[in-house]
Amino acid sequence: MSVISYLEAGKRAVREEMQRDPTVWALGEDLGRGGVFGQYKGLIDEFGPERIADTPISEACIMGAAVGAAMTGTRPIVEMRFSDFALCAIDELVNQAAKARFMFGGQMRVPMVVREPTGMWRSSAAQHSQSLESWYTHIPGLVVVAPATPADNLGLLKSAIRNDDPVVYLEHKNLWPLEGEVPEGEHLVPLGEAQIVRTGRDLTLVTWSATRHSCVAAADALEKQGIEAEVIDLRTLWPWDRDRVLASVEKTGRLIVAHEAVAVSGFGAEIAATVAEALHHRLKAPVQRLGAPRIPIAYAPPLEDEARVTEKKIIDAAKALCLPVAAS
Amino acid sequence: MADAEPKTNAEDYLRMYRQMVRIRTFEDNANQLYLSAKMPGLTHMYSGEEAIAVGICEALTDEDRITSTHRGHGHCVAKGAEFKEMFCELLGKEEGYCRGKGGSMHIADQSHGNLGANAIVGGSMGIATGSALRAKLQGSDDVTVCFFGDGATAQGLMYEVMNMAALWKLPVIYACENNGYSEYTRTEEIAAGSITARAEAFGIEAHQVDGQDVLAVNALTRRLVERARRGEGPFFMELMTYRYHGHHVGDINREYYRSKDEEKDWKENRDPIIRFRAWLVTEGIASEDEIEAMNAEIVKDAAEAVSYAEAAPYPDASEVDMHVYAD
Repeated sequence: MSVISYLEAGKRAVREEMQRDPTVWALGEDLGRGGVFGQYKGLIDEFGPERIADTPISEACIMGAAVGAAMTGTRPIVEMRFSDFALCAIDELVNQAAKARFMFGGQMRVPMVVREPTGMWRSSAAQHSQSLESWYTHIPGLVVVAPATPADNLGLLKSAIRNDDPVVYLEHKNLWPLEGEVPEGEHLVPLGEAQIVRTGRDLTLVTWSATRHSCVAAADALEKQGIEAEVIDLRTLWPWDRDRVLASVEKTGRLIVAHEAVAVSGFGAEIAATVAEALHHRLKAPVQRLGAPRIPIAYAPPLEDEARVTEKKIIDAAKALCLPVAAS
Repeated sequence: MADAEPKTNAEDYLRMYRQMVRIRTFEDNANQLYLSAKMPGLTHMYSGEEAIAVGICEALTDEDRITSTHRGHGHCVAKGAEFKEMFCELLGKEEGYCRGKGGSMHIADQSHGNLGANAIVGGSMGIATGSALRAKLQGSDDVTVCFFGDGATAQGLMYEVMNMAALWKLPVIYACENNGYSEYTRTEEIAAGSITARAEAFGIEAHQVDGQDVLAVNALTRRLVERARRGEGPFFMELMTYRYHGHHVGDINREYYRSKDEEKDWKENRDPIIRFRAWLVTEGIASEDEIEAMNAEIVKDAAEAVSYAEAAPYPDASEVDMHVYAD
């Protein structure tokens, strides 16, 4: 084991896969200068400017070119810098990448990874802060991944690069400096497999991306108050690990889904509905969703904080759900 | 007609003629299938524009790629596709190129380098540019041709891709089929300035050519393809043409946006097939009888393919989620 940051883990994943497979390459704005967050720093020295391609600020062209290059036998990694900017390339992702395999009857594959740094980052305001994962989970043909730890960023990004379908890969900007242990040598995390971060008998907390860490902190605090929460980090949002979530709720009888995105039509709604459909007879309390209010992210810190799903909000919701447990 | 290359290869000229007639015949049958309510969806006819697809694709190999448009049957035939699989696709049948999942607007034929028709206007510009970028990255000498219409010059993506292709000298040829209409609106009402000047602004060599003259289109394309293979790309072609039918097959009464006289003039005086046929006869490459025989054979082939497609089975309903993701 060694300790590296979430950002370094992503870079290691790209480096290892580019070393392993000559058809893997990356394109995006400023990649030759290391990328806007430094997540490609030094790669151009090892792989050259053709495989670490610096592009104009032309998201639609970058995404569209990646689709064409993927259809014809390479595995591009597309860097969008901020998930908000990827909206300039939505036709290329949704109408082209996601549908090509199906609408052409399986004649081609579109193996590409679209890296979209996501989420709130202090005072970045409405166009640099969004969590739009539910846009992508709604689109047939896309795989959606949202890692929360350095080890997962390493193992999931490597799996995403090897995947034969277009993957929307959402790295949380606030997690770049987060350090954690990663295994030495080859480390792959399979897509579609959730991680049970901690076990508990009273309540299931389903989460992903940065909110995982708030959930773990909340679970630690709840334990001291007699509530044992099981925390599940989905890691991959499509396909999501339905079996692991259902097994957990079957055990606990209570579910809170917590995510940073706007709660309305957020991916938490899909999980809540699935659990309600499959396990309504086992539920001891109504399913709860925690997400942002339906507002753009504000600049001023106190306003920005209004959109956050905090540890306290999770604790309060969990206690409300588990009142009989806490009282016993 | 434009000056032809030395007539050492009559076979090439006859194949070009044959391919143009195959496209026209395909479209006549597709139109009938629509009008007789046998086609599940609608379609956009390529009739009138045959010299472009054929002139360009005859300059390409199977290794060269194309991207196509909603008006894409001509590109698909010209790049080597078979009638049977194409009619099956139009009718949504399992044996279609896309197993009936794409239909008229999404035919692809990967075996001949057709990366697919696209129903988003200008939607394949990124894909074509990416295919060319892949060729450069891998040191391959294939060329990609991006077909699009004059309407697509209004899409922002065109400017993004031309900028990137010019910066990186990509082996891509942007082929703008200017048929005078952007759906129902005359091109001069939607396009300010000159179309070729748009490419020239990026330092891309641009040519305007008579899209009704298959030899002119072919000669220009062969020169540009050769240069693109040597790393001198990208290039831009504006091919002046006319669509005989409406925007789509259901657009039958068109007098509210264009006159019958205008249509008559293009069909009678500038038809690419009539012109090329006359040239073949004048040059002694084929006799009228030989041409008639060729036409009759194509009509028969098409009729057989239509009958086959009509009788062919639809895909099984269990196929509906196949190919959403890779296996």
